[in-house]
Amino acid sequence: MSTFDDPFDADRALTRSACVCGQHRSAAEHDHADRALRCEPVESEEKRYEGVVASAVMRAVFPQDAARRAFLKSVGASTALAALSQFFPLKTATEAFAEAGAPEKKDLKVGFIPITCATPIIMAAPLGFYARQGLNVEVVKTAGWAVIRDKTINKEYDAAHMLAPMPIAISLGLGATAIPFTVPAIENINGQGITLAMKHKDRRDPKDWKGMKFAIPFDYSMHNYLLRYYLAEHGIDPDVDVQLRSVPPPEMVANLRADNIDGFLAPDNICQRAIYDGVGFLHILSKEIWDGHPCCSFAASREFITTAPNSFAALTRAIVDATGYASKAENRKQIAEAIAPANYINAPVTVLEQVLTGTYADGLGGVKTDAKRVDFDPFPWQSFAVWMLTQMKRWGQIKGDVDYHAVAEQVYLATDTKKVMAEMGLSPPATSYKSFSVMGKTFDPEKPDDYLAGFKIRKSS
Amino acid sequence: MTLSLRLRAAIVSIALLAVFLGAWHLATRGTGTAANMSPEYAKLMGLTATQGKSAMPGPVDVGAKLWEHLKRPFYDNGPNDKGLGIQLAYSMGRVALGYFIAVVVAIPLGFLIGMSPLISKALDPFIQVLKPISPLAWMPLALYTIKDSSISAIFVIFICSVWPMLLNTAFGVASVRKEWINVARTLEVGTVRRAFTVILPAAAPTILTGMRISIGIAWLVIVAAEMLVGGTGIGYFVWNEWNNLSITNVIIAILLIGIVGMLLDQVLARFTRMVTFPE
Repeated sequence: MSTFDDPFDADRALTRSACVCGQHRSAAEHDHADRALRCEPVESEEKRYEGVVASAVMRAVFPQDAARRAFLKSVGASTALAALSQFFPLKTATEAFAEAGAPEKKDLKVGFIPITCATPIIMAAPLGFYARQGLNVEVVKTAGWAVIRDKTINKEYDAAHMLAPMPIAISLGLGATAIPFTVPAIENINGQGITLAMKHKDRRDPKDWKGMKFAIPFDYSMHNYLLRYYLAEHGIDPDVDVQLRSVPPPEMVANLRADNIDGFLAPDNICQRAIYDGVGFLHILSKEIWDGHPCCSFAASREFITTAPNSFAALTRAIVDATGYASKAENRKQIAEAIAPANYINAPVTVLEQVLTGTYADGLGGVKTDAKRVDFDPFPWQSFAVWMLTQMKRWGQIKGDVDYHAVAEQVYLATDTKKVMAEMGLSPPATSYKSFSVMGKTFDPEKPDDYLAGFKIRKSS
Repeated sequence: MTLSLRLRAAIVSIALLAVFLGAWHLATRGTGTAANMSPEYAKLMGLTATQGKSAMPGPVDVGAKLWEHLKRPFYDNGPNDKGLGIQLAYSMGRVALGYFIAVVVAIPLGFLIGMSPLISKALDPFIQVLKPISPLAWMPLALYTIKDSSISAIFVIFICSVWPMLLNTAFGVASVRKEWINVARTLEVGTVRRAFTVILPAAAPTILTGMRISIGIAWLVIVAAEMLVGGTGIGYFVWNEWNNLSITNVIIAILLIGIVGMLLDQVLARFTRMVTFPE
């Protein structure tokens, strides 16, 4: 059962369904689904908590999907709920849940970089996800990754949108003073792309890319690691054969137009913006390098967690909630409109819609559809962190030995997020490590050093 | 030719502006040919790609947008989107504060340096090294040590605008004509009184020239500083619109920055004229 499914739905298929949002059995049913019932946020706070508590109990009583389904089929959902409340005080539990932990600090500042990766953080403000947790959050647009890091370290921001490797780098003291930072939630998965200048239309084989100049948003970014990985897999040494430059995303399009760079691996809306302005085309989506890779994260310092644990929990709930909302395809159009104004991302709605809905112009005259071009999944897999650490070592950002699992577990708060998600009535994964494959190469989080040793191209240290 | 010089200059100015706007308009007209693409693809693309519209906005676009901004200069759509009037007010507030602190520090210190050759020689190496440092170089250090972005911006304005004032004050004070000081000395005027009644009026034009250079620098610095720290101000506005690649708005901001800078300069020029004396 996936995180955002309704456990009281006896009809939901047991296998992963065919529709994009995962809630319906087919794409057609998904389209015709009654939106009011399933996809819009519940208006009443009380009802919502009731649902959350009942769902949690239901999941606890029937951990097996098949058993739950059989039970629901035989008695019906309302009878099931009534039966549950017979032996479990649902009402009291709901009240206790709603009152638990009033936030210590209600007025919070959260920094973000204006790219679609920050969608959950941004949309939670106009669509009221923060307000629903009793928080008054001001989302503040910030000029660049280094500035967002400094402002969060300086406590001007209580929490912030950061590239997934940044909290690890800050905690390890790479490029900054070492300060323990944490990631309670991943923002988006996928949602990046390699964009090339129009003149390289016929140079699609990376083997021919020697001598080209590429832009990446920041040294400690998935973009950097993915581009290096992609190039290296094609026999191009990213430190020797090409030039990689750290360039702020908005300047990438201008630089591409001015012919200062040949391409970039950048977050979306920037890729789509280059296409929209007719200066570049999409070579591949980052999804084709690693489907389901993390990109940006929601980060806070450990100090914030200890001084304001309830505020932190409320923030995490709001983000997990918003991420869940954003993961549903039918909400994406509304989200694109909510985050496009100058106060948030400040980009043309068409561009954001193409990124979020996954029906996009590829820059070469074709219209492509990929509903998973960008997706949202909050769970901070610790294996993601381990993978990033292997790449930091591979490219010489970390010298010497590193305790992969200790760092991953300290920074990526999978355990805490699991707790929060369970409290919210969602079903978090049972483990915090999972294996995945990057360009056909399987990564085993238990053997990071073997994985690292398997790369031919790496920075000689 | 009976036209006054002033009128003739105005005519030339207007002609130059017209030529500039005309050239601008012609240069940005765009190719006008729609590229060959399917309608559903074209719907997803921008005007630059579909209609060959120039990436650079023309004077008409800028004028229309400017009018839109001028109609509602004080709107407030949340923390990241405020009207141009509010943004300019934020910038001016920061400049005023940083500049005021610089005046308070520079003028007394300049007096001291100007009146004492020893201190002048002792401080000279420090001043010479600190003077040419770019505001952007100070920024990371300020953010790191002060740990507050708005105070950092004010600090950077202070540190960049203090030097011209300091040096001009010192120079003005040091170059007061010896005869006047000697006259004051013969009349047994005390040091403090001498500083206020003889040296200050004599050095005032030089001091104000320094202040005029400084306000120009402060205004230059604020845009750079705000682009970096963000949040509010005209510099942030430029950055935010740059993010959206909205060159139209960037041009409008450039125009406004120029006008405000000119006004600030004119105010100090007027003050300078007030204290200037014929010798």
